[in-house]
Amino acid sequence: MAEKQRKAVALISGGLDSMLAARVVMDQGVHVEGINFFTGFCVEGHTHAIRRRDRARPKRNNALWVAEQLGIRLHIVDIVEEYKQVLLHPRHGYGQNLNPCLDCKTFMVRKAYEWMREHGFDFIVTGEVLGQRPMSQRRDTFPVVARESGVGDLLLRPLSAKLLPPTRPEREGWVDRERLYGFHGRTRKPQMALAARYGFRDYAQPAGGCCFLTDEQYAAKLADLWSARGRRDYDLDDILLLKVGRHLRPRPHLKLIVAREEGENRFLEGYRRRYTHLRTVSHPGPLVLVDGEADDEDLELAARIAARFSKGRAAPEVEVEAVPLGGEPRRLRVRPLPASEVRPEWYVERRGAGLLRRAAAG
Amino acid sequence: MARAVLDARNLLCPLPVIRTQDRIARMAPGDVLEVRATDPGALNDIPAWCRVSGHRVLEAREEGREVVVVIEVGDGADG
Ligand code: SF4
Repeated sequence: MAEKQRKAVALISGGLDSMLAARVVMDQGVHVEGINFFTGFCVEGHTHAIRRRDRARPKRNNALWVAEQLGIRLHIVDIVEEYKQVLLHPRHGYGQNLNPCLDCKTFMVRKAYEWMREHGFDFIVTGEVLGQRPMSQRRDTFPVVARESGVGDLLLRPLSAKLLPPTRPEREGWVDRERLYGFHGRTRKPQMALAARYGFRDYAQPAGGCCFLTDEQYAAKLADLWSARGRRDYDLDDILLLKVGRHLRPRPHLKLIVAREEGENRFLEGYRRRYTHLRTVSHPGPLVLVDGEADDEDLELAARIAARFSKGRAAPEVEVEAVPLGGEPRRLRVRPLPASEVRPEWYVERRGAGLLRRAAAG
Repeated sequence: MARAVLDARNLLCPLPVIRTQDRIARMAPGDVLEVRATDPGALNDIPAWCRVSGHRVLEAREEGREVVVVIEVGDGADG
């Protein structure tokens, strides 16, 4: 009797490694479907959709693009809510910025494992490569992911399998271990060679990792949000807004989000009902959202900063409309803040490691 | 054949795709779903998701600032 066709669910991030891993297993006759997790911090989609200067480039969701190249189905799972626990209380701490990679990987594998059982699949495939990333892809952390996710030896990493103990799919002959790989380390050459062999072109190569939490400036903004609120928490809108505009904190309780171009203006407009906001009226200028309770003096400062970022920055006076949250719009005539008075430390994203470490310590 | 409308406006990708996927999981083959979104990325992403999932895109167009995608649910729509 012929072996029944085995089914694997592959974690698809949108990057090259998971694409190759899925393909290697498909080549052995396994039925593969993809699963992709949306944490809210993914580099995917949004940012490109928001910023106009990216509009010239074709936008695409990389995970979907990969699925299409491979000819497999893709299941996208919204884990925004559940992910908070992972980010706020990572058992294994953070990587270089606020990326809880080991807990994150474990969580995703656990979710994939749940999906696998619900849908009658046999094993899980990831694109992890031994030694590729400092935190989650090490010889000593690979078993942690397998153990803490509960998946055990049903987790196959085809790109490094030859360097790892045989998993159940290998032992049972669902896949042929001989036709898996032994990639390791940070070099990308073997992956690129394999991609060339499969004829993959135009694949995404994210530099730091798959999400914004590895980005120093983004992490600084998140740490600042927590410290200003006095508690580590967030909702989806908070973390989306951190991807947009310049973030300036001229006073401890007052943060301004200043749109950088038209796409961001339009995106921020969607938040006008929930934030005090300002816009220059005598000159073209960006929409500015105010995060925090602003009194008259704060509003005046916000207006001067809004004027600073408007086309009227060199004018003696600029008229600004301020709309306090739940209040009547009012007009202010202000002198734009001179460049010399916009202090570098107001730029939240440039605040460094100290803030991050404190936030991480929570 | 049921016809439904999904409001995915003011959501950023990939949320319009996720909402589409979750809605279609509750529909039957042959049903039609009209999705409205404001993220311009939805114009590519929703049809791409339909192609990998075996659903037919009847229409995909921009209407002012909105994106409209009309989908006929295919077989084996189990999410
Ligand atoms: S880079 Fe982000 S998404 Fe990727 S494993 Fe780390 S925390 Fe998770």
